[in-house]
Amino acid sequence: MSAFIGDWHALAVLFVAGVIPNQIWRMLGLWFGGGIDEGSELLVWVRAVATAILAGVIAQIVVQPPGALASVPDVLRYGAVVAGFIVFMLTRRSIFAGVVTGELFMLAGKWWLG
Amino acid sequence: MALPPLDSSEWHSSFRAFAWGLRSITQTILTIVLFVTYLGIGALAHDTHFSLAWALASTLFVWAGPAQIILITTLGSGATLIQSAIAVTVSAIRLFPMVVSVLPLMRTPTTKRRELIFAAHLTAVTLWVECHRFLPQVPRERRIAFVHGLGCGLVSVCLTANTVGYFLAANLTQTLGAAILLLTPLSFLFSTARNSREIADIVALVLGLVLYPLAAKMNSGLDILVSGVVAGTIAYGVHFWREARA
Repeated sequence: MSAFIGDWHALAVLFVAGVIPNQIWRMLGLWFGGGIDEGSELLVWVRAVATAILAGVIAQIVVQPPGALASVPDVLRYGAVVAGFIVFMLTRRSIFAGVVTGELFMLAGKWWLG
Repeated sequence: MALPPLDSSEWHSSFRAFAWGLRSITQTILTIVLFVTYLGIGALAHDTHFSLAWALASTLFVWAGPAQIILITTLGSGATLIQSAIAVTVSAIRLFPMVVSVLPLMRTPTTKRRELIFAAHLTAVTLWVECHRFLPQVPRERRIAFVHGLGCGLVSVCLTANTVGYFLAANLTQTLGAAILLLTPLSFLFSTARNSREIADIVALVLGLVLYPLAAKMNSGLDILVSGVVAGTIAYGVHFWREARA
């Protein structure tokens, strides 16, 4: 078993839990695309739940960080997100400026704390 | 680089149209955002102990950033197959209206459904945005080829980014490794905030961020679904209430 492939079980999990549940919606769109109203109330709810799930995952990475990110103190992780968000808003929603600010905040804080 | 005029001979071959699509990835800031995002996904896959082949296969076959980080994060924190599958499928429902709205831009009266399968697979938020921008400048009968080129270009950028991110996470110092991992929450937070125009989307984003840490205290294994459904439903309620009053 090579390091590149990893184990086959994980790849099977990828297809069952990732590829199929994701791809099914594209194929449904392809087959039944004609009569759906993009502004329908059901889709507004679905989009809100999907956004909230993604927001939850973002929070999870920051609150319960994986791997190397766990070495960064809580206050720096939260501070990086807040600083990035402030600059994001000030730059009329520039994703790039927000990401760079958050990263610099975290790196500067790490350097300053030693 | 500007696309050739609609009546140019550049558009006579599908191969040329594919090449123009491929080259169009240099014409958008979203390519850089995608690169950064997939750099983070590669690093996240490494630090949650997935193989590089797994990360690349997820990019090739899932091709949706949110679904990929939901899958990696939930599986990495011990969720069951069915819990991860539910979280992924809910995040993917948004692909349905995207596919429905983007495919008519490429369809001609003689287009067969199977000719659109690959374009449907490539459809994700970036491609959806770019199609609305580029396709009016492409003759209708060459649009599928153009989208194939654009999509293949974006997928290649992301596969490269995954590989670079994976190796950076494996070899960098702890601090720089942490910086790469931080790219994922930052880029997703800001790109989602940027796409949130309706009140329901904004409330869902804010409540989703706030409710997850609370839901995580229950430690039910379904935390992400609980906080997502609760926050999303409240957000929908706010939208409904405002519509009803208006």
